[in-house]
Amino acid sequence: MNKKLADRLATAVFYFIAGIIIALIAFLIGYILFRGITVIDWNFLTSPPRTSRPGGGIGPQLFNSFYLLVITLVITIPLSLGAGIYMAEYAKKNRFTDFLRTTIEVLASLPSIVVGLFGFLLFVNYMGWGFSIFSGALALSVFNLPLMVRVVEQSLSAVPQDQREAGLALGISRWETVKKIILPRALPGIITGIILASGRVFGEAAALIYTAGMSSPNLNFNDWNPLSPASPLNPFRPAETLAVHIWKINSEGIMPDAQEISAGSSAILVIAILFFNISARWIGRIVHKRLTAS
Amino acid sequence: MINKEERKEAIEQWNNQTKVWTEKRGKAVTFLAVSVMILLSFSILIFVASKGITIFTKNNASLADFFFGTEWKPSAVNEEGRPLVGALPMIFGSFSVTILAAVICSPLAIGAAVFMTEISPKFGMKVLQPIIELLVGIPSVVYGFLGVSLVVPFLRNTFSGSGFGIAAGTIVLTIMILPTITSLSVDAIRSVPDSLREASLALGATRWQTIYRVVLKTALPGLLTAVIFGMARAFGEALAVQMVIGNSTVIPDSLFEPASTLTSILTMGMGYTVMGQVDNNALWTLALMLLLMSYVFIFIIRIIGRRREQQ
Repeated sequence: MNKKLADRLATAVFYFIAGIIIALIAFLIGYILFRGITVIDWNFLTSPPRTSRPGGGIGPQLFNSFYLLVITLVITIPLSLGAGIYMAEYAKKNRFTDFLRTTIEVLASLPSIVVGLFGFLLFVNYMGWGFSIFSGALALSVFNLPLMVRVVEQSLSAVPQDQREAGLALGISRWETVKKIILPRALPGIITGIILASGRVFGEAAALIYTAGMSSPNLNFNDWNPLSPASPLNPFRPAETLAVHIWKINSEGIMPDAQEISAGSSAILVIAILFFNISARWIGRIVHKRLTAS
Repeated sequence: MINKEERKEAIEQWNNQTKVWTEKRGKAVTFLAVSVMILLSFSILIFVASKGITIFTKNNASLADFFFGTEWKPSAVNEEGRPLVGALPMIFGSFSVTILAAVICSPLAIGAAVFMTEISPKFGMKVLQPIIELLVGIPSVVYGFLGVSLVVPFLRNTFSGSGFGIAAGTIVLTIMILPTITSLSVDAIRSVPDSLREASLALGATRWQTIYRVVLKTALPGLLTAVIFGMARAFGEALAVQMVIGNSTVIPDSLFEPASTLTSILTMGMGYTVMGQVDNNALWTLALMLLLMSYVFIFIIRIIGRRREQQ
């Protein structure tokens, strides 16, 4: 009987742990959303921040976050597709591949502040691009690349081997097999992975503090010429993102309503992550249906 | 006149040639992308290391002071004329929050993983897994904000002190690495073959006996890897910790008094120092130390992985 009692006790403990974690998560997410939602309105989402008076918004920061995300994806998608295809299709099982895998793993586990400081040295100072969207996007790409390569590699490796054999048996080259047969089949997984990675890029702050900077110039949202300094599209202007903004107003402590602004911004970030997660599942499923015609 | 045979041959040859060419081009292009990754990781090491050692090579700081000294005032010098770069308080802070967070988090995370795989797989898959995946994606500044607005006031009211300190840092990091360790542990436990479970149950073992004598034992290397990944994340986390730790470069007397970590001093200081000056060079040494520690974590994970392969 003793061991049955132990079994029941253990089961109870596991239920307890699961219960605690669910309660904790529900409490934390609920806290962020409920505190934040009272702050969020149209004015908060569109107006620029005010440093020493209450009532500012997060308009430019929100725009910067999205703009940086787009540029980062433009840089990382082609590179990670290439590297992922190499790792999944061309890399032979040898020491060099082992070394490549370790390199990618090391890059993926670098603290993001180190990536940010590397960007500060290379892009901001050495290349002379200053605190700018361009420097920030490159630093984010360094941070994002290894994750995306892993996503592409895993999605490609999940495609059954007979598809490759069928392609080669038809007399088409390996490259064409990858391009025309394997890649389309792996696409749902790749797209899901890209959207999930976007969520991480969207909320990243440590890599951006010293690359995209902690300030945002007065933007003129009627000027869409990327070369003019007040244009939101100008890639060589400093760009504080939403996540950096939360950090800055909490550590500087000049803004009188820093707590409210942080609560609202945190809620926006969490909602954005929720949106990225749900749409990743959803879009992945739709693309899968389209391609497999099932 | 070229006859049919010859024409066919010529076309085939041409086809083969272009095919070989596309194939070669494809391989070259993808290899180029991989080379970018290699180039990046070496240049990160070279750039950060070359800045990180200047405090020792140019400013004549001593390595022993860095690891064992407790006074961090890089712009001032001691009686030997060496800059005061005692990083022990930060090293101590970083290791304390990392180890404490791992100790608190691991039982919870592995417990949750067991629940999701062995006790209630349906509920685990449908409800817990998506929630955990969502949590992995929540930005660290949001955790930092939660720390500042919930954890620090709670600690201040419950215990003595300002509330900022190692305890607050540990709590924030525990919540942050919980999803990381949980999802990796789930993978580790799922990879234990069902035949082992069935054999154990057939021998008359209860579910709990099966879990801790068979499942957890078999999954142990994977679980260790999960915990180390969590620790690596905790060690390198900058902003969330910086917001709640207090950023005072002393070894604190209690868990509730301001302390500091490598990342917190680095993040704060970079903006207030000028490139090339002594106090700035000292900060780059902290960055180099972070970089080297992340190599150490990967190295440990590799060793565990190799052991698993040998078994």
